This record gives sequence, C-alpha cells and structure tokens, in this order.
Amino acid sequence: MIDTLIQGLLLGGLYALFALGLSLMFGVMRLTNTAQGDFIVLSAFAAIAIAPLVAMQPVAVAALLLPLAFGFGYALQRWVLNGTLGRDPLPSLVVTFGLSIVIQNMLLEVFSADPRSLDSGGFNTRSIGIGDGLAVGALPLAIFGVALLCTLALQSLFDHTKVGRAFRAVSDDREIAELMGLDAHKVYALATALAFIVIALAGSLQAMRTTVAPSDGPLLLLFAFEAVIIGGMGSFWGTFAGAMVLGLAQQIGFRLDPGWGIWFGHLVFLAVLVVRPQGLFPRTRT
Amino acid sequence: MTAALVVRGTRTSQIALWIGVALVAIGASMPWWAESSWMREFVEIACYFVFAMMWNLLAGYGGMVSIGQQAFFGLGGYAMLMLGNLASVNPFVAIPVAACITAIVALPMSWLAFRLQGGYFAIGTWVIAEVFRLSFANLSIVGGGSGTSLTALRGIERATRESLTFWIALACVVAAIAGVYVFLRSKLGLALLAIRDNEVAAESQGIDVKRIKLAVYVTAAFGAGLAGALYFVGNLRISPDAAFSVNWTAFAIFMVVIGGIGRIEGPIVGALTFWALNKFFSDYGSWYLMGLGLLAIGVTICFKQGLWGWLQQRHGWSLFPTTRRLEDRGGAR
Repeated sequence: MIDTLIQGLLLGGLYALFALGLSLMFGVMRLTNTAQGDFIVLSAFAAIAIAPLVAMQPVAVAALLLPLAFGFGYALQRWVLNGTLGRDPLPSLVVTFGLSIVIQNMLLEVFSADPRSLDSGGFNTRSIGIGDGLAVGALPLAIFGVALLCTLALQSLFDHTKVGRAFRAVSDDREIAELMGLDAHKVYALATALAFIVIALAGSLQAMRTTVAPSDGPLLLLFAFEAVIIGGMGSFWGTFAGAMVLGLAQQIGFRLDPGWGIWFGHLVFLAVLVVRPQGLFPRTRT
Repeated sequence: MTAALVVRGTRTSQIALWIGVALVAIGASMPWWAESSWMREFVEIACYFVFAMMWNLLAGYGGMVSIGQQAFFGLGGYAMLMLGNLASVNPFVAIPVAACITAIVALPMSWLAFRLQGGYFAIGTWVIAEVFRLSFANLSIVGGGSGTSLTALRGIERATRESLTFWIALACVVAAIAGVYVFLRSKLGLALLAIRDNEVAAESQGIDVKRIKLAVYVTAAFGAGLAGALYFVGNLRISPDAAFSVNWTAFAIFMVVIGGIGRIEGPIVGALTFWALNKFFSDYGSWYLMGLGLLAIGVTICFKQGLWGWLQQRHGWSLFPTTRRLEDRGGAR
C-alpha cells in the first residue's frame, strides 16, 4: 500500500513536469497549447538524436537541448502563436492542433513508429532502499526532484522577479501593461521559451524512464491538462499538487486492475470537475 | 421616411436551391446506374460531412470549440451496433434511434463539459471522449479493444444494403444542410448568432444563453451520433480506436477551417476539398497528413475566412443566406 502511494507520488512528479508548461502558457496569455504533449515527445526525440553526438553525456545533452528548446519556444511564440491570440480561442486551438498533427507525422517519417528510449547508462535501473524492505527507483526520485525544483523556480520567478512581474502584468491587463512600456509580444515569447525549457526536461526524462513513440503526444497532453485542472488555475504549486493527485489516482487504478489505471485517472479528474470546478488548490494571482 | 424591406434571399441562393434540388434528384437515382464503389465513397464522405457540419454548428456558431466530438460519433456507432446485434433491431432503423440515444447521453455530459471554457473546454471534451474509448475497450460484450462486426446485417442482400445505406446517407446530408439552415434563420438561430458575437450583450437583451448553448450542444451530439451510426452501418465493423479516434474531429476541424468557419457553405466546400485531396494524395501517408496540418495552420493565420469566405467577400456569393439585409425600396417619402 505504501509502495503504491510512493509510486503514485513519483509518477505525479513526472506529470508535474508535463503540466507546468501548459499552466505557464495559459496563465500568461490564455493560450491552450494542444500540442503540449507532442512538444514533449519532440524534445524526447531531439534528446535521443543529440545523445550519441556528445558521447551520451547527460550534462552535454542538456547544455545543447535546453538552449535549443528556449530558442524554439521563443521563435514559435513570437512569429507563429502571437498572431493567433485574441478573444476567440479558435485560431490558437486550430494552430496548435495543426502543429500536433505535423509533429506526429514528421516524427513518424523520421524515426518510424518504433518506441525508443534514451540510454541513461544504467541509472534507470538503480534503486535506493528506504527501509522496511521498500526501495524507490533512483530515476523516478530524480524526476520528482527536478519537478519540485522547476515548480519552486517558476513560482519564485513569478512572485519575486522583474520578469515575473511583467508576466503577471500582461496576464492581468495587456493593454495597461503595454501603456506602462511592456512589449506584450516579447513577454509572451519569453513565457513560451521558459515553458519549452520545462517541456525539454520533461521529454528527456520521460525518454529515460520509459519509451517514447511519435503517437504518444495526445495522451501526455491529457495528463498535463488534468493535472492543471485538478490543481486549480493560478499557481504552479496547485499544478504540482494536481499532478500528485493524478499520479496517485492512476497508480491506485493500476493496482486494482492494470487495464483501468488511466481510466481511473480520468474519472478522478471528472469527479474534481463535478465537485470543485475551480480545482483543489486555486489561487488567483494578484 | 424611407420604407425599408428586410431581404433575406439572394439571386445566387435561388439558383443554388434549384441546382441543389437537381443534384439530389440525380443523386437519389444513383443506385440504379452507378457503381457500388461510388456509393460507398459517397457514404463515407457523407459521414465526414455531416460530422463536420455539426462541428461547424458547435464551434462556428455556438463558439464552443471541441476536440471531443468523436465521443458522440463513436457512441452513435456503438449504440447502433448494440441495438442491431444485441437487441436485434434492424440496423437501418437503429441509425436514427442511436442518434437519439447519443443526444440523450449528451445532456449529462454537457453538465461536465460546460464547467470549462475556451481552450480548456476543448481538451476537457477530449478527456470525456477518451473515457468513452477506454470504457468500450473494456466492454467484452462488444468485443473489447479489438471490436466486433455488425452481424445484424447478415440476412440482407448486398445490393439492397448498399442502396439503402446510400439513400440514408443522402437523406442525412440533405437533412443536415436544411436543418442547420432553417435553424439559423429561425428566431433561435438569430439568438445564437448574437451569442457568438457577444455573449454578455446577448444576455442583456434577454437571451437565455445557457439554454441555447445546451440546445446547440445536444443538436451537434445528435448529428455526430447520426454520422457515426451511418458510418459503421457502411463499414460493418467497429472498434473503440476507430470509433473514438480524435482524427474524426481533426478532419472536421480541417474541413471547416479550410472551407470557412461559421458559414454553412464552409463544410460543403471543405468536404469537397478534403475528398479531392484524399483522392490524389492519401497514398503519401504521413506526408499527406503533415500537409493537411500545415494547410490548416496556414489558412488560420493568413486566410481567416477560409476558401468560401474569400469567395464570398470577392464576389458577394451566398448560397445559404442567414443574414437579414435592409433594402431601400423607394416607397413613400
């Protein structure tokens, strides 16, 4: 039982990494990125492609991949997605959904449909004993740590820095923020660039933990989305907590019947929607 | 004072009506002279079209952008199959019944989906569709994950089956166009257009926004269920992955966006374009799908009105006028 709970929380850590980017982009510019999952898969494949070039050194992979993701996110927002923002959610939904289809089929063409994974040099099979005959995997624990750090970093950035103030300002009232001298288009681009850093981390870690295939994206998007809604909009800690709830729900579901784990996660999401549509831990940004 | 007249029809709409009637009449005689592969193709594209028409009603007029309409498509298909296989209802009779069942199921689902707005509504409906897919994948009475065949049609001769399916498909296409057209020209349709343009302003004019949105959601579910039931009567085999595939909605979005969202001509032009593209390029597999995705992105960014919107702006064409124009007819001064 304790084992299931721990596994659930560790799985939640991964889901938090999936969800933070979605939460960030929605929070700053009300943009629902329906290609979130596909970008995670894309960065996973990017990591798999980069790794052999740098002798499988994780630090070197990160040093190459993260700036690339940052630049990609910035450019995507600046020159594609900014043009779709507005009162009507349709253009941004269609464009990100179109991107999702393009990415899936591009990956299929380049990497074939076979699932692949990122070699972590045996790190993914190592485990750490925590007494009582229980052991946790070193990699899931590391993923949980990265998720915790990302959440902390994003929340502090939002609450205490100049950039964070700009994010909150354009989120609250874009026009007033622009009158005060902010360039909303650049602020949006920066927010997406940051989201893509988290997306790249999520993708690489997912590829280390398990396998990734070109068609995985939509499912990852749904998990990310459920974590955001369960947690409640407005804070990254809420998203983190929502991811924990989702991870626990799925793990308990898997324990009851392997065929129903994901279904059970969806059900918990719908139950939260019925009982507390504002999410479990809502916090409106001031 | 000038006497103004409310004008609704246009010359093109009159011509379009007669061409439409002629096309339907020719179409209805197809089973006597056309090859059965043509009719099969028509049935398939008809399902896509009716489904896209309903997506257009929901998103283009109702402002509810959903990525989960495949929930109703699959539900219509499964309801028809279960009525046929398990309750031995004639599958052709089961098609409209299945659509009604879908509409009834949509009522409690709207209660869930309407808790989310905008982009989150879109993904929330997708989650609901996934719940249906996983539920049917675990239902052994309809074959679980690998699906099952429509055995209820066994006793019916092939030619009869194909002609009947074709006529029903034709009827569904006509009903979908006529239904949406009449609805949009009615008082309720005017209210819907007002909601699309500004929800708050519409509400302040005494429009019951919630009720009309619900009516649109349920109507769109009915139509999607109809398309699904029809598709799987033509297909004879159903599986959860095929029935609840997000691709149904993806293609609907593609057709509506290419043709022009928020206009009845949009899905018609979109479906014809999609059919033509499919015919010539579908052999290219993933390159073809990549192209469709890029085309949808390009049209959304640079060409917001879609193909028909562009033609309408250039030439003032309107086959299905839903607007009311005031025309000065001289009169007493």
